[in-house]
Amino acid sequence: MQIYADYAATAPLRPAALQAMTPWLAGTGFGNASSMYALAREAKRGLEQARCDVALALGVMPEEVFFTSGGTESDNWALKGVMEVGALAGKKHFITTAIEHPAIMQTSMWLERQGMEYTSLPADSVGRVSPESAADAVRPDTKLISVMYANNEIGTIQPVSEIFAAAKEKNPQIICHTDAVQAAGQIDLDIGNADMVSLSGHKMGGPKGIGVLVIRKGVAISPLMHGGHHERNRRSGTENVAGAAGLAAAITESVQKLPDTQRHLLRMRVRLIQGILGIPYSRLTGDPSKRLPGHASFVFESAEGESLVLGLDLAGISVSSGSACSSAALEASHVLLAIGLPHELAHGSVRFTLGAGVTEEEIDYIVETTKRVVAERRAISPVWDAEQNKPVPFETL
Amino acid sequence: MYTEKVMEHFSNPRNVGEVEDANAVGTVGNPKCGDIMKITMRIEGDVLKDVKFKTFGCGAAVATSSIATELIKGKTVAQALSVTNSAVVEALEGLPPAKIHCSVLAEEAIKAAIADYYKRQGIDPEPIIGCNADCANCGK
Repeated sequence: MQIYADYAATAPLRPAALQAMTPWLAGTGFGNASSMYALAREAKRGLEQARCDVALALGVMPEEVFFTSGGTESDNWALKGVMEVGALAGKKHFITTAIEHPAIMQTSMWLERQGMEYTSLPADSVGRVSPESAADAVRPDTKLISVMYANNEIGTIQPVSEIFAAAKEKNPQIICHTDAVQAAGQIDLDIGNADMVSLSGHKMGGPKGIGVLVIRKGVAISPLMHGGHHERNRRSGTENVAGAAGLAAAITESVQKLPDTQRHLLRMRVRLIQGILGIPYSRLTGDPSKRLPGHASFVFESAEGESLVLGLDLAGISVSSGSACSSAALEASHVLLAIGLPHELAHGSVRFTLGAGVTEEEIDYIVETTKRVVAERRAISPVWDAEQNKPVPFETL
Repeated sequence: MYTEKVMEHFSNPRNVGEVEDANAVGTVGNPKCGDIMKITMRIEGDVLKDVKFKTFGCGAAVATSSIATELIKGKTVAQALSVTNSAVVEALEGLPPAKIHCSVLAEEAIKAAIADYYKRQGIDPEPIIGCNADCANCGK
């Protein structure tokens, strides 16, 4: 059996997205959307249609939708573009959280090196950030707050609307950004009081290489990409019409199918979590209920994450680990450490993110295979007591 | 990212377990790095009669320990001590740069076990091994 359960990494292209893209890749759809002639005007029409569709799916104005190269660019642009404006007025402070995606985390560190200052809000044991902590962190020189809508590693959905309300109550001028790359298309987004929202095409079943930054009217932001006059002077680069059309089709379809998808995924997630937690010394990470519908993440004592991922792959199951060893950095996941897991457990994480088409049989296969693979890893682990079926404390080694 | 050889040793690790009448035990690594390697040996005369390993760690950590036991089993103590981390990498037909430290761990585990063997007999292992094999506290 081959099961793809890594939708938080990327999703297969939806047929509707491919269909929407084709006219702009083949035949006469190649025109430069910024040129004057009829061929170009056709491309421009396609681009603006895509913008309208995205706006409709999100409940924002079309002129508030800006196409980028992806979620990473959107996050970089939101932080750097707004902080550049803030710094000119002496507002050099911003707020983010301890569990952001590296696109926000690394950008924050870069801004710090440029002379900015930031506060990283803590998360509790299920990965939730409190509105009170956000309000407490707001200072007179705070320009921006950025809180991810739902976490990629542990699936926890943040109360972003409450967090932003609390921050704005303290300082109505503050710009609120949310990285909704994982949440968009998975849940109903409540972005009524968000000033900026980052999205990625391929996480929703659109193509890679295209994203969106929603910038509400009235938000002052410097460009990240300098050049021509594209995207209303804010984001230069010849427009990716096919990408925009694909992203628009993907978000439209995912929003339309959301109620059915959610119902099904929630049922599958319950089955998966119940099954996996039957493995001794396993734990669910993240919020048990306020989490993305198709997202189930775990840690297993005495079994290392990357070796579990490899073992599952040998059985045809594609999943991810937040494990240090699966990245080049060799550091344990900052998210798992931030929610208070010790290093040895933070190394044993596995994340299953399901697609809408997953079946009960597939869930059962995932559960049985995971049981076997965890047992195999533990059988050769010096930190597992096979006779007593329990972990060996690291201190006693 | 892994060579076929690494995947082969990961899928079918050799010499897994603990030698029952072991007279040389080496445990290296730490939970912070996510790798712990334990090598047990039965040394008779000058020969590593039996060698087994248990490893908590990534695919590379499992593969390096597995191949390291193959490289030293049945060899003399001196031959085992001459196994370097690069020999381990070579035997696996390469490791990703971020995983080289796993091969270092394998070399350290061998040295730690042999040091333990000498210590048990009241012999200072340092002149034989070239260091005290206390890798966790080594500044080098």
